[in-house]
Amino acid sequence: MQDDPAIQIIDLHKSFGDAHVLRGVTLTARPGDVVAVIGGSGSGKSTMLRCINLLEQPSSGSIAIRGEEYRMRPGDGGLVPADPRQVQRIRAQLGMVFQNFNLWQHRTVLGNVTEVPVHVLGLPRAQAEARARAALERVGMADKADAWPAHLSGGQQQRAAIARVLAVDPLAMLLDEPTSALDPELVGEVLAVIRDLAAERRTMILVTHEMRFARDVASHVVYLRDGRIEEQGPPEQIFGDPRSPHLRQFLGNAA
Amino acid sequence: MPDMDTITPLRPATGAQLLAGLRGLLMPHRLIMLALALTGLAAMVTQMDWSWLPAYLPRLWGGLLTTLWMLAGSVILGFALALPLGVVQVIGPRPLRWLASGFCTVVRGTPLLLQLWLLYYGLGSLFAAYPVIRETWAWPYLREAWPYGLLALTISFAAYEGEVMRGAFAGVPNGELEAARAFGMSPRKVFFRVWLPRAVHRALPVLTGEIILQLKSTPLIATIAVADLYAIVTRVRQATLLTYEPLLLLAGIYLCLSAILTIALRWLEGRMPSGG
Repeated sequence: MQDDPAIQIIDLHKSFGDAHVLRGVTLTARPGDVVAVIGGSGSGKSTMLRCINLLEQPSSGSIAIRGEEYRMRPGDGGLVPADPRQVQRIRAQLGMVFQNFNLWQHRTVLGNVTEVPVHVLGLPRAQAEARARAALERVGMADKADAWPAHLSGGQQQRAAIARVLAVDPLAMLLDEPTSALDPELVGEVLAVIRDLAAERRTMILVTHEMRFARDVASHVVYLRDGRIEEQGPPEQIFGDPRSPHLRQFLGNAA
Repeated sequence: MPDMDTITPLRPATGAQLLAGLRGLLMPHRLIMLALALTGLAAMVTQMDWSWLPAYLPRLWGGLLTTLWMLAGSVILGFALALPLGVVQVIGPRPLRWLASGFCTVVRGTPLLLQLWLLYYGLGSLFAAYPVIRETWAWPYLREAWPYGLLALTISFAAYEGEVMRGAFAGVPNGELEAARAFGMSPRKVFFRVWLPRAVHRALPVLTGEIILQLKSTPLIATIAVADLYAIVTRVRQATLLTYEPLLLLAGIYLCLSAILTIALRWLEGRMPSGG
């Protein structure tokens, strides 16, 4: 359904034991939206992102990807997937970029990028490899296709991890603080790649600490505080004219 | 090491490299070691009695093959057992976990020779006592000694490597498994595409050492009359009344096998840099 939001989260709650990390988050990302999620540490940004592909299981609430809601059933003190196959099918359409890259160290860069197209999407190897090489080209890593992850810099590993997502041609990309684990001089190369992808209007949800970057690339900014969305809107409004005193203070500290 | 500089210049000319390598060999201490080794070898050839060797070559060859078969068989079967032993100890339900860790502890805590004899004299004679077993297709094998040798070696390798694999499975970074799940892999695919190969990859450096150790455990099966290399050499000693010559030959052969295995396994490791 073309009109359905790419990602729709309704009244999402998540507790870890006594810690109530998400306290009712409702968020919609339409196709082409670049949603930047900002907030202090412990505000629930990463948890919210990880709920979208069910790496964390919500305590309550609903999540729908392109109009298809995860079927959940009560269990284990919260909700658990009622249909693991549905979860796998939806996850395969959501590419995730992790803070620590999480490349598979026993495969070359090309092996990492072809892995999902071949073994999850079931593409023929030749087609998967063509896709993979195009994706690596896209992130400036074509010459590193045969390198091992362990031999790459953090920036190169993260770009390879982004290529791994691009090769899936996902419905939406989930980026979890993609530059937080990088040395300062390597942050730029990764941001440049993400900036390109945002300019193409690829749907993404980006959890980040890079305020200036969020302001530049986002079409919509969400400020999370204590597990709630305290303020959201276009970047000009969030950064130029913040209403919430907490957001004002947060931006003051971050700048 | 003062000669490092002369040896390390890389790539450009292999001729020059060879020359540098040779010059490295010409250091005084190396010359002395080399002279000692050559003298020893010359003394062995000229002063010792090797006249028996041609007559026993075919049997030695047969013994060598038996040793290699026992090594290869027990390593392959043992490793196949080690994988479930390792996995179960990381994610298995508690009873299975106890069972696996109990098996590893008992086998690793008792001498291989003892296990071998318990299996051969205990199990072997138990089988023989039941006519039902003696009438099955398996009896011709169960009557032989080598299945018990292979079984004991396999069990021992499985127990040691089960422990190694437990560590290797547990040590695969959680993030890599999470990435596999996040891309829609089923639990089965996560295991076979990422967790298992990644764990083997981590364990490879340890496994190469363990395979060499396993080679050196194989002579124990000579005690239950399997005609491996060691058993043949023992027979040579009994027939010729020579002590040192056959034993030196034996040492030389094991040394060569270890060297070949080490080089081959190191090559295999070198094809994949370990990512920790």
